[in-house]
Amino acid sequence: MEALTRFLNNFLPDDLVTFILILLKIALIVVPVILLAAYTTYAERKIIGFMQVRIGPNRVGPLGLLQPIADTCKLIFKEIVIPTHSNRFLFLSAPLLSMGPAFTAWAVIPFSEGMVLANINAGLLFLLALSSLGVYGIILAGWASNSKYAQLGAMRVGAQMISYEIAMGFALVGVLMAAGSLNMNDIVKAQSGSIFNWFIWPLFGLFLVYFISGIAETNRAPFDVAEGESEIVAGFHVEYSGMAMAIFFIAEYANMILIAVLTSILFLGGWLSPLQGLDVLTQLPGLGLFFGNGLHWLALKACIFLFLFLWFRATFPRYRYDQIMRLGWKVLIPVTLVWIFAEGIAIVIGWQPWLF
Amino acid sequence: MFQQFIFYLFTAVLIASAIGVVTVRNPIYAALCLILAFFSSAAIWVLSGAEFLGIVLVLVYVGAVMVLFLFVIMMLDLNLDLLKEGFIRYLPIGLGAALIIIIEMSLVLHMPTFQIKQPLAVLPTNNTEALGEILYTDYAYPFEIAAVILVLAIVAAIVLTLRRRADVKLQNIPEQIQVRRNDRVRLIKMQAEK
Repeated sequence: MEALTRFLNNFLPDDLVTFILILLKIALIVVPVILLAAYTTYAERKIIGFMQVRIGPNRVGPLGLLQPIADTCKLIFKEIVIPTHSNRFLFLSAPLLSMGPAFTAWAVIPFSEGMVLANINAGLLFLLALSSLGVYGIILAGWASNSKYAQLGAMRVGAQMISYEIAMGFALVGVLMAAGSLNMNDIVKAQSGSIFNWFIWPLFGLFLVYFISGIAETNRAPFDVAEGESEIVAGFHVEYSGMAMAIFFIAEYANMILIAVLTSILFLGGWLSPLQGLDVLTQLPGLGLFFGNGLHWLALKACIFLFLFLWFRATFPRYRYDQIMRLGWKVLIPVTLVWIFAEGIAIVIGWQPWLF
Repeated sequence: MFQQFIFYLFTAVLIASAIGVVTVRNPIYAALCLILAFFSSAAIWVLSGAEFLGIVLVLVYVGAVMVLFLFVIMMLDLNLDLLKEGFIRYLPIGLGAALIIIIEMSLVLHMPTFQIKQPLAVLPTNNTEALGEILYTDYAYPFEIAAVILVLAIVAAIVLTLRRRADVKLQNIPEQIQVRRNDRVRLIKMQAEK
């Protein structure tokens, strides 16, 4: 990065160089996220295929690996049908409104030591604020489509996302109490030491609540009543076709990856290695690089959670709507409240199990 | 220079969207304009260093309050012509309310009681922490009162909307879970028919 800065400084003004570098960094984050989102669809089809003793996509390219690219090409060339009496402007901007927050949230994610686009103080709050914005795309899509199924889907998502946001926020409160900071980098560093310093141990309940509400926030099975194929066809995006629908899909999968990455950052120590503290392994020449801290551990942890997302989809039947509400308000929120209260007492009396 | 440019950009968007809230025909667009206004004022707050307040504005107003607002507007069957009818009639009331707000704001901005007499000796680097410390020490009492008022509002809202309807079939989950075999199944000994 520094070499590039010096090279650009030779013939460009300073402000412009900063601007170009920020754009480059954004591209470095967004392009892999889009690619990952595309290949998560492939992984989903393959994994669920294996779970149901099928082969899954295997025609395009070796092992079907080019399937997402073929799908993208197909979607790009499909016509975007705009329903009659729909609100054209909102109909077309709704997918963008759902994709924007899904990508913006990546700005504060620390990928490795110092590898973060915006190292802001209120990183966790920023994430919470952005995850609450994603609902607009869905609600507006439902309303602008001028279709009953879409409207019903949008209503379901709206109520569901607002409910689970509260449980999610409370789970994050527990994390920031334990870390003593809202900065994502500091939260990761607060978990350093060994595998027993990760927040998953003292905050196990909050970890479960966070992941469950993360699944509900992304409208994935078993909380996918927003789409509910058997009831309302496809929910809020029933009227969308071609790239407009594909953008909803990219947003959904980007959100899934984001939740997986966030769960690993907040509860599993992010880029910290689980072998931390075992100097015998981390000091090894060559292999020590793998055993030490780094981006690969974050990727590995996130993959585990992504796999869980897919596994849940293949395993659990869909929740009924009133049961979703019951779980969110009467089970998850009380659990977080009690946990935060107990954690507060533990902090006040100086009993911190995360300080081994 | 760049900061100033961003400030003017967001201010322009803020003013335009605030005007839009009261002038656009479609109520959904009005709500969306309000959201944009909230968002740009949050951006201005962040720009002036109050990142906590800015993000909380987005989190609470844009993320929760306005979603419910949009919800209600979408569910209502709105007659646009009827809505537009009273514009001139209600104009004096609106102007009066605006005038009162302007007077109140200028009072707050110019009264000596609300001025900062002694700026902080050490500027806090993290204003979330600074705000929290002040809120839970110097202003703990007003903060608690605000919390009680909010709880009261929640309870009132629930009580006002709560009604038991006799004709709906509801599922009582605890009852279902606690059911025992003897409540549902009765074994009867019968003589075999001959």
